[in-house]
Amino acid sequence: MRLFKVVQLVLLVSIALAGTAVVLTRNPKRQIFIAGIFGLLEAILFYALHSPDVALSELAVGSIAVPALVLATLAKLEKMQ
Amino acid sequence: MSATARHVLFAVFGPVLLGFLCWGVCGLSPFGQFHGAYGELLNHVAVQERHVLNVVTSVIFDYRGFDTLGEEFILFASVTGVVLLMRHEQSEQEDACEPHSIQQHDTGVLDPAASDLTRLFTLGFIGAVLMFGCYIVLTGHLSVGGGFQGGVILFGAWVLVLLAYGSGVFHRCANPSALEWAEALGGGGYVVVGCVGLLTGQEFLTNVLPLGHTGQLLSSGTILLINCAVGTEVAAGFVLLLVEFSRPLQKESPGQ
Repeated sequence: MRLFKVVQLVLLVSIALAGTAVVLTRNPKRQIFIAGIFGLLEAILFYALHSPDVALSELAVGSIAVPALVLATLAKLEKMQ
Repeated sequence: MSATARHVLFAVFGPVLLGFLCWGVCGLSPFGQFHGAYGELLNHVAVQERHVLNVVTSVIFDYRGFDTLGEEFILFASVTGVVLLMRHEQSEQEDACEPHSIQQHDTGVLDPAASDLTRLFTLGFIGAVLMFGCYIVLTGHLSVGGGFQGGVILFGAWVLVLLAYGSGVFHRCANPSALEWAEALGGGGYVVVGCVGLLTGQEFLTNVLPLGHTGQLLSSGTILLINCAVGTEVAAGFVLLLVEFSRPLQKESPGQ
């Protein structure tokens, strides 16, 4: 039980760090990948908190849907300029 | 409003907001100690009542199916909105997409020069991702997953096509009118499944189909059908978004 608490604490702290890193990154292309790591950490936290359904959703959306669409948007913007 | 005024406002109201937030958080029940009567009840009755092994799925697609219908239509409406905006923008530029011109003009981020080895491995991954997506959609009532997650994973296969083979091949694999049909069928299928309950004289979205044996693929009545509808809608909606975003800009650069 103590180990479980430690895992949760480590995950929560690293999510706070990753979230700050996402905000502090100014280059959008790098930001996508850091946001992907942020999503991955969140998925692991959800799994550690006994909600695998939400973890799978977060994993799919955070690592496939959001990066793909942001990347496509950036590509389009780059070409418009 | 000047920058100084904004900073002053933030200095006053930021701490107030923080105070309210701390006050609210202090009133929450302790971390991991939620005792909801509804959750406890469903944990006991859902498996017997709906023949599902994943109680979460039974809540999302059956007990609270009407909420999920709204959620699905949020996605439907936002995809429709984006498609409308992007196509409007495109029709303003003269002569819109011709498939052969895609490969000539489009050399941006989305058309990488992937090596043959990357393409070969991606081909293998595409099959695996499609298979895994279908599996997640179809076994939502048995295990972790469901239409939303599975649909996004299926969308991953199209992302791989776009990233490895470029937008020329991608646009051949993603026919917009077929995708629109699939999205509409997915969205409408949910409503049709709900109306089956009305036809038998019960409420909308009542689980009227045979429930089958718990733990088998063909069980849980309407939950499986709704999962398939949602999976189709989500996958088609996202691919449609990607099609619109990766469509090349025509007549933009003055040199051509």
